[in-house]
Amino acid sequence: MERVLVGLKRVVDYNVRVRIRSDGSGVETDGVKMSINPFDEIALEEALRMKERGEANEVVVVSIGGSECQQQLRTGLAMGADRAILVETAESVNPLTGARIFLELIKREAAELVLLGKQAIDDDNNQTGQMLAALWGRPQATFASRIELNGSTAKVTREVDVGLETIEVDLPAVITTDLRLNEPRYVKLPDIMKAKKKPLDQIPVADLAVESAASITAVTFEPPEQRQKGIIVKDVAELVAALKDKGLV
Amino acid sequence: MSKILVIAEHDGSSLNLSTAKCIACATKLADAKIDVAVFAEDGTDIANEAAQLDSVSKVLLVDSPSNRYPLAAIIAPQLVAMADGYSHLLGPSTTFGKDLMPRVAALLGVNQISDVMTVLGTHKFKRPIYAGNAILTVEAPDDRPVVATVRTASFSAVGSGNSAIVEQVSLDADIPDHTRFVELQAGQSDRPDLQTATKVVSGGRALGSSENFDIIFKLADALGAGVGASRAAVDAGYVANEMQVGQTGKIIAPDLYIAIGISGAIQHLTGIKDAGTIVAINKDEDAPIFEVADLGIVGDLFQIVPELEKAIGS
Ligand SMILES: Cc1cc2nc3c(=O)[nH]c(=O)nc-3n(C[C@H](O)[C@H](O)[C@H](O)COP(=O)(O)OP(=O)(O)OC[C@H]3O[C@@H](n4cnc5c(N)ncnc54)[C@H](O)[C@@H]3O)c2cc1C
Ligand SMILES: Nc1ncnc2c1ncn2[C@@H]1O[C@H](COP(=O)(O)O)[C@@H](O)[C@H]1O
Repeated sequence: MERVLVGLKRVVDYNVRVRIRSDGSGVETDGVKMSINPFDEIALEEALRMKERGEANEVVVVSIGGSECQQQLRTGLAMGADRAILVETAESVNPLTGARIFLELIKREAAELVLLGKQAIDDDNNQTGQMLAALWGRPQATFASRIELNGSTAKVTREVDVGLETIEVDLPAVITTDLRLNEPRYVKLPDIMKAKKKPLDQIPVADLAVESAASITAVTFEPPEQRQKGIIVKDVAELVAALKDKGLV
Repeated sequence: MSKILVIAEHDGSSLNLSTAKCIACATKLADAKIDVAVFAEDGTDIANEAAQLDSVSKVLLVDSPSNRYPLAAIIAPQLVAMADGYSHLLGPSTTFGKDLMPRVAALLGVNQISDVMTVLGTHKFKRPIYAGNAILTVEAPDDRPVVATVRTASFSAVGSGNSAIVEQVSLDADIPDHTRFVELQAGQSDRPDLQTATKVVSGGRALGSSENFDIIFKLADALGAGVGASRAAVDAGYVANEMQVGQTGKIIAPDLYIAIGISGAIQHLTGIKDAGTIVAINKDEDAPIFEVADLGIVGDLFQIVPELEKAIGS
């Protein structure tokens, strides 16, 4: 296939313990480490392996967001993507609008496969891939832990609640990644230098003429209820006694 | 009035408990009239089971060979064909619902509310974000249908004893043939289901091998508990993927949760924050799991777990 599109969302790094701003208006992101959404790194790794196996000619990474997303796109280029597209917008986009943007890029790029993460670990929405597949009128294979391309079809094993489900989809299609699909490669220093020369297109979102979907409005952010730290018992006998007390054994 | 359509989840022969939990969420909406949609092949028994759930007005059964497997691309256009007149479409936040509902939302031209944990009004809800490290109150536009998934661990299932009517429905929808079911490898286990078990024992990376994981199973059996695992234990191949508990695994709310050789990363903790009592067994007294555990014991799991199993068995 000629071209694979991969979504790379810039998110708060998964190791950061996020804090709510004191006025409840959002999550503190000032001075916080930002990274590629971990599921998107897995999506990119999978696309790169497809290219290495000769199943895809070009891997294009896409981010929707502010100019700071160039950082994550450059990391994607350093991992091995051929080109990057930044759809520039100052405001955060909701999943349906994001899906419409991806659909417009699919048309421009004549992409045959779109690999996205199953969810972005900031909003935990888990929607964009399914929405894109719907708007495109194409198959979706979500939560992929194995992808096998066979010419015009793909066989995808999906992590579902009861185990592993395998489906076959015709291409073009949207596939979203789960954690066990692969282990993303590390970026090497020389690759970071090389990535600086790779093309990174910046497209103002207005140029795509995509209609914004009505948002679900964020009203307030609050910290979750904290569990209280309990007690440390000295041995198994004490533990069993405490559990008996609570009627749990 | 809220006219709510709940999408039933089933395995081809019986209803998943997530359906009764979605209905429980629906009952929290003011003045709710609740219908349930069942997409199945030979689905009469499933539909009858749904009709017994409390608060259900009507069950709509779409019985067709193309509904044999729960494929989102096939169910979504049918659900859209059925959606007219409903103010809310609710599905469970299980892999089934997460796959299906956003596809439906996009076809209806709306964003979805993922993982509803609290109902504040007909269009106002609370949901967790950032792996449960923040709770967001959201409001959906009131001039279009609300499509949402329900965080099942936040709701107790409605009872059964009802006898709602079951209506066979035939729909005018284009069923695509671009998506085909191949196979399902379901984990076979006589143990209580992880998502509904009242007690769960989980093991982490510290178990070291699938053979060693046996001590977790033995303890679970002594307790009559379901078995879970951390991502590290699943990634290392000690146990199957469907046993993962956490942000990207299962969100559970048992009365008793025992975490063994699990450090307590935020992604793991988000899966157990609604558990009744959390017990932690870990050799590192500074492990973050102890910050949330009601009862902790510091020491070597390979010594403690067999001892605990014996103490419970006797
Ligand atoms: C996007 C994303 C999503 C994720 N989703 C999930 C998820 O859904 N669920 C999940 O669990 N993780 C998830 N993770 C991974 C998570 O961040 C942690 O890496 C993982 O939970 C660690 O597993 P663990 O506690 O078993 O291993 P470790 O963190 O390695 O902890 C092992 C623990 O065992 C203790 N130990 C070692 N030997 C012994 C002994 N002999 N006796 C007693 N104690 C011992 C150690 O002190 C340590 O605390 C996710 C990560 C990312 C990036
Ligand atoms: N702003 C964005 N830029 C690039 N990709 C995105 C963006 N938002 C969502 N995606 C993609 O869609 C996936 C699912 O996101 P979500 O539906 O928000 O959980 C992510 O893992 C990304 O691959």
